[in-house]
Amino acid sequence: MKKTSFNVRNASLSILVLVTLAGAAYAAGGKTKHYKEIDWHFNGPLGTYDADALQRGFQVYQTVCASCHSVDLLSFRNLGQKSGPFYLPSCPAGVPDSIDCANPNENPIVKAIAREYQIDDGPDDSGEMFQRPGLPSDRIPGPYANDQIGRLANNGALPPDLSLIIKARHDGANYVYSLLAGYEDAPETVTIAPGQYYNPYYAGDMSQNLKPEYVDDEGHVVGGVEVPYGGVLAMAPPLIDGIVDYADDDTPETVEQYSKDVVEFLAWAAEPKMEARKNLGIITLGYLLILSGVLYWSYREIWSKVKH
Amino acid sequence: MAHESTYVPGTGVEKWLDKRLPIVRLMYDSFVDFPSPKNLNYWWTFGGILAICLVIQIVTGIVLAMHYTPHTSLAFESVEHIMRDVNYGWLMRYIHANGASMFFLAVYIHMFRGLYYGSYKEPREMLWILGVIIFLLMMATAFMGYVLPWGQMSFWGATVITNLFGAIPLIGPDITTWLWGGFSVENPTLNRFFSLHYLLPFAIAGVVVLHVWALHIPGNNNPTGIEVKDVKKDTLPFHPYYTVKDGFAIAVFLVVFAIFVFFNPNSLGHPDNYIPADPLVTPAHIVPEWYFLPFYAMLRAITFDIGPISSKLGGVIAMFSSILVLFVLPWLDTSKVRSMRYRPIAKLWFILFVIACIALGYLGGKPAEGSYVFFAQIATLYYFAFFLVILPVLGLIETPTQMPKSISEAVIQKPKPDDGLSTPAAAPAE
Repeated sequence: MKKTSFNVRNASLSILVLVTLAGAAYAAGGKTKHYKEIDWHFNGPLGTYDADALQRGFQVYQTVCASCHSVDLLSFRNLGQKSGPFYLPSCPAGVPDSIDCANPNENPIVKAIAREYQIDDGPDDSGEMFQRPGLPSDRIPGPYANDQIGRLANNGALPPDLSLIIKARHDGANYVYSLLAGYEDAPETVTIAPGQYYNPYYAGDMSQNLKPEYVDDEGHVVGGVEVPYGGVLAMAPPLIDGIVDYADDDTPETVEQYSKDVVEFLAWAAEPKMEARKNLGIITLGYLLILSGVLYWSYREIWSKVKH
Repeated sequence: MAHESTYVPGTGVEKWLDKRLPIVRLMYDSFVDFPSPKNLNYWWTFGGILAICLVIQIVTGIVLAMHYTPHTSLAFESVEHIMRDVNYGWLMRYIHANGASMFFLAVYIHMFRGLYYGSYKEPREMLWILGVIIFLLMMATAFMGYVLPWGQMSFWGATVITNLFGAIPLIGPDITTWLWGGFSVENPTLNRFFSLHYLLPFAIAGVVVLHVWALHIPGNNNPTGIEVKDVKKDTLPFHPYYTVKDGFAIAVFLVVFAIFVFFNPNSLGHPDNYIPADPLVTPAHIVPEWYFLPFYAMLRAITFDIGPISSKLGGVIAMFSSILVLFVLPWLDTSKVRSMRYRPIAKLWFILFVIACIALGYLGGKPAEGSYVFFAQIATLYYFAFFLVILPVLGLIETPTQMPKSISEAVIQKPKPDDGLSTPAAAPAE
């Protein structure tokens, strides 16, 4: 029996290379405050989405975010898919037997949500466009008919689509949570233009906002003055305590809770197949580890007959 | 060792076929009876791992192409369609995207192994050169593949890299326009990148066949760098000895692969690529995928004009030369000793070379400013000095340590574990 230290050494070298290079792929952005770190339900190799939080998060999205932000990649039917907010493994009492509630297109909650929306459709047989109630197969309509109207309504800045926002930002879940729950009054040293809002977690360059007395003639920051974290954005603090009325009385109606719930929903929106992925991952890893063991044993067995 | 064929056709069909197209004989001689040095260590398993990587990329890629739409207004959403609506589409895409990283990880280890053990030296120059060609094709394929999702990094990465060709004197701008199929990175660019991204892997597969052919003429190098003297004493048939060892290594490699695919599928990518491409919004930092960062660092390390060569052109020359220099490596290294196991001084320079490459990778991901540029310049200088000065000179002045007379002798007197890379496990574990 010989040493097997090579394994550890080789592996650690490879991992070192990988980690170094992967880490390098993340170049730091502007100087923002360190994000608040939440112990998300979906974190870790076994983490799943919390269905209650998904439902509340969808409510927050619908009530607050949806007035400016779309979720273009989501259809109503997605809400009733496995690991979605309104997935029903079996029908609640009172639903006829002919309906398969696990099928998102027949899911009564999803159908009810979709019906609340009016969808542009057509042209019909007379060549006219018309409106009809939404179906589970429809995409969730955004707040604006097109990007131009969206820009017009928001001083030229189009509110980003939120379908992928959690994956489109570094450390996305913690970032969006920190941003939503992290608005604070701007420090004394800066001026904020009307229609702009200070947030220590938003990437920006606050040295541009320093009051003139803190900047010398050459544009340098006067010694001893600290440039605040973060930046300014056009989104007013969207959440206030009590703005969304949760059906469940035990859940606090606070900015922190709303932010947490809506991030859970957006994380699901960005990666709806996460639970299937992790489940398959566990099975695959188990299979590969057993396979590795069998192959290692075969290797030892076959090479044991070699004289060397 | 282009050895005598030992294949004996068993069945009537095999006999019939063997007289007309001896393909079974070819397979048998290449992958069953092929005599392989008995002292190959785990660094030698990456050839097989790379073959698996290529197959995985081609299979998943073909499936993805069935659902992908190469149009600037549809590409991003078609990728999300794959992620959300195609059965196991998320699996195909995450395997393919992370597979590119795994492919490069394996190829870098494979190349460093070749460098350390002198696998590029006579009579394996063609084997090495074909390998460098495969590496170049891989880079082109990976670059174009990264453009296809049409996210922000796709678009801006394509813009930065294709603009490099504009640095070529006189014809540069025309070449760039020709590459783009227009006057900027646009729909024609995406279309041709998709076409070429589908084509090049098959070109890679073709060169891989040549690579394996060129391997099977001189046979494997080995950790001692000593040629096989006695096939009976020094070698073992490829099957079952190396099929099982490679098989084990492949399984372990797939464990690492699976950890990325299933549990960290986006950790090697850039978040900006989940934002649809927007020609009007430039990302704060445009960075390529991790496997291109060392070359990106060299590109940006040249910040000064050299005579008529602008800093931009200089950077492009440095970046391309860093790979071109590998083509002439077999003639740059003057040492008669293949394996650095017996070259105590070369070994140290080699370790420094690996560190320089990793440092370049780190620096390539940092903004090109301040001390980052300075260190990238030092590392770039060392990268080239290693090939152009250290290896040529060291071969002439270095005194190698005592070498065993043959592979079998090396196996019996186990090498001391003083060897930076190979350990006692260099000899098959037992």
